[in-house]
Amino acid sequence: MNNKIKRILPQLLTILFVVFVFGFFTINAQVNMDNRGIDFGFGFLSQEASFDMQFTLLDYDGQDSYLWAYVVALLNTLLVSFLGIIFCTILGVIIGIARLSQNFLIKNSAAWYVEFFRNIPLLLQIFFWYYAALRALPLPENAQPWFGVTYMTIKGYYIPSMIWENLNVFMSCLIAAIVAIIFIRIYAKKIQEREGKQLPVLYISLALITILPLLSFLIGGVTLDFEMPVLKQLAQTSFIFEGGIALPPELIALVLALSLYTSTFVAECVRAGIQGISKGQKEAAASVGLTPNQILKLVIMPQALRIIIPPTTNQYLNLTKNSSLAAAIAYPDLVLVFAGTALMQTGKAIEIVGITMLTYLSISLAIAALMNWYNKRIEIKEK
Amino acid sequence: MFKHLKQLTSLFAMIAVLFAFTTEAMAKKSKTLKNTQKKGFVRCGVSQGLPGFSNADASGNWTGIDVDVCRAVAAAVLGDANKVKFTPLSAKERFTALTSGEIDVLARNTTWTLSRDADIGLTFVGVNFYDGQGFMVRKSSGITSVDQFKNGISACTNIGTTTELNMRDFFNSRGISYEPVAFEKADEVVAAYDAGRCDTYTTDKSGLAAQRTKMKNPDEHIVLPETISKEPLGPVVRQGDAVWEDIVRWSLNTMIEAEEYGITSSNADSMKTSDNPQIKRLVGAEGEMGAAFGLDNEWNLRIIKQVGNYGESYKRNIADTGILPDRGPNQLWTKGGILYVPPAR
Repeated sequence: MNNKIKRILPQLLTILFVVFVFGFFTINAQVNMDNRGIDFGFGFLSQEASFDMQFTLLDYDGQDSYLWAYVVALLNTLLVSFLGIIFCTILGVIIGIARLSQNFLIKNSAAWYVEFFRNIPLLLQIFFWYYAALRALPLPENAQPWFGVTYMTIKGYYIPSMIWENLNVFMSCLIAAIVAIIFIRIYAKKIQEREGKQLPVLYISLALITILPLLSFLIGGVTLDFEMPVLKQLAQTSFIFEGGIALPPELIALVLALSLYTSTFVAECVRAGIQGISKGQKEAAASVGLTPNQILKLVIMPQALRIIIPPTTNQYLNLTKNSSLAAAIAYPDLVLVFAGTALMQTGKAIEIVGITMLTYLSISLAIAALMNWYNKRIEIKEK
Repeated sequence: MFKHLKQLTSLFAMIAVLFAFTTEAMAKKSKTLKNTQKKGFVRCGVSQGLPGFSNADASGNWTGIDVDVCRAVAAAVLGDANKVKFTPLSAKERFTALTSGEIDVLARNTTWTLSRDADIGLTFVGVNFYDGQGFMVRKSSGITSVDQFKNGISACTNIGTTTELNMRDFFNSRGISYEPVAFEKADEVVAAYDAGRCDTYTTDKSGLAAQRTKMKNPDEHIVLPETISKEPLGPVVRQGDAVWEDIVRWSLNTMIEAEEYGITSSNADSMKTSDNPQIKRLVGAEGEMGAAFGLDNEWNLRIIKQVGNYGESYKRNIADTGILPDRGPNQLWTKGGILYVPPAR
């Protein structure tokens, strides 16, 4: 009996404390909001937002509701995070491996890169790319084409847009090719395990992924046209490009800064992962006659990934949260649009900040869950 | 378990009752006035730097007509126009700072609108500048009227402002597609426009005139003649303290009415012996004009002596600095403007 109380009492006290603290803050907020005539509620989400956004992935107009503005702004945040994660991973892996290179020049430039970008505050880097680097770009009328058809200007990066006919046929072919490749890989693995024969999987895959979509053009009735950006005069000295896709400079600066900054951390994770594999593994692999490429691909990387994934997940989460610095350079992300403009126009500070916090929490948890799942998959399976 | 639940509920009930009593008791007197006098300074929210309205010089001295409203309140309630603590706020932060109690007066070129007055827990006390939204363009663009705006124009502005909404109404009603580029800080907007990121910069016309002075080369830019909205700018207080609201309202009104009766910072003392009873009331020589606020009788005299009347404030901050030498609608009603305040009596 005595033991039971001893066990339960601390827990009870903890619960009481938590309830008391939450209760205090809730009541306090309620009393103060009542005094100032502020209502609490989420009814505003269905009201007309009546402000415009510079850059959206889905159709959005000021006539849409705050809820839709929230969704569209959230997509902008996810877009930046997604692009940032892709680029920082590619860059990070390259730099990480480069740091272990035998070549003095490559090794040291990679080290310099890491030390440089890692040690300058991210906000400063965003400001640098947006206010210094992109500002040095030409006005649309002075822009020289890059790769013949794209234009980098102070108002954004203009690229041709694709106009598809029968896009669904093309996509079906592409998906069919991917599914076929997956099956062939599984089949090839079985053959190898059973008969020790190696199929030229790479060549077959390459052939499939080019031939099937090509066929869709030849006999599937798929056509692809490009709409080129064309210079248009707005006033005597004011020009823009029309047609094609315009990537706003705010997006470019943000993705650039986020990926460069985070790639340094990813690079260190990759280096640590590779160095964490004992030398004996490499020597053993070499002694059975594997080439250096095969050693990296078949022996080192599968083991290194287990060390690399968990800390890299943290970096992905950081990147996603850091994307909220978008507000500093007018990229319409969740913080700027929802926790900024929408908060201002409605005055619903507690509700909106609450929703925003929950949203970032959910994104972070989702990324963490995904990475945990991947980590589980590549873990050593004890038999 | 049930025992604990009971205790818990009674605990909550006690807390709730405690809160109810304290707020009830404090509402009768001006809590804000009491707190301000205890602290010894007026907590005033201003802009992050808008010449003519609220702008800090290199040594941290704030000037501007918005700043003068706060100084007037300080002169009235504390006896010294310099006892103000200024908090620079972005457009986005301003209302939260006020409702959360970080500041007691918001004098930050803020437009008086229905939804702000009714929804957010704020009360607008008056208008200290009648403004309207306009557009600035580069002179070299050859644009001289908003009629020349074309599809695809990019417009820089601030987030969290009425400007952002007016801009949409304006372009939509004219069927022009545009690219809104909205920054949090005014300086960022100016920098972006100045660098050529945007074709036009839109905000209140007074703001355009003031920010123009900050550009690399002010002569390269013009403000278009059209005004697309009404922007009555005025000081704001928290809802729920009617006495404090009155103090701020009548501090502003005193400045405007003083100009109407020709009372200036230099002649205020001599006006005590005036034959006009209304002038005497404005300098605290007749009636009990401060008692209702819990202030002494010379609160308004101090405002006029230390800060000056509205005309002096306008001249010092806006006309002499070359921002808007012409007072336009911000002229007294007796001189063709629309400044008209209820009589202090």
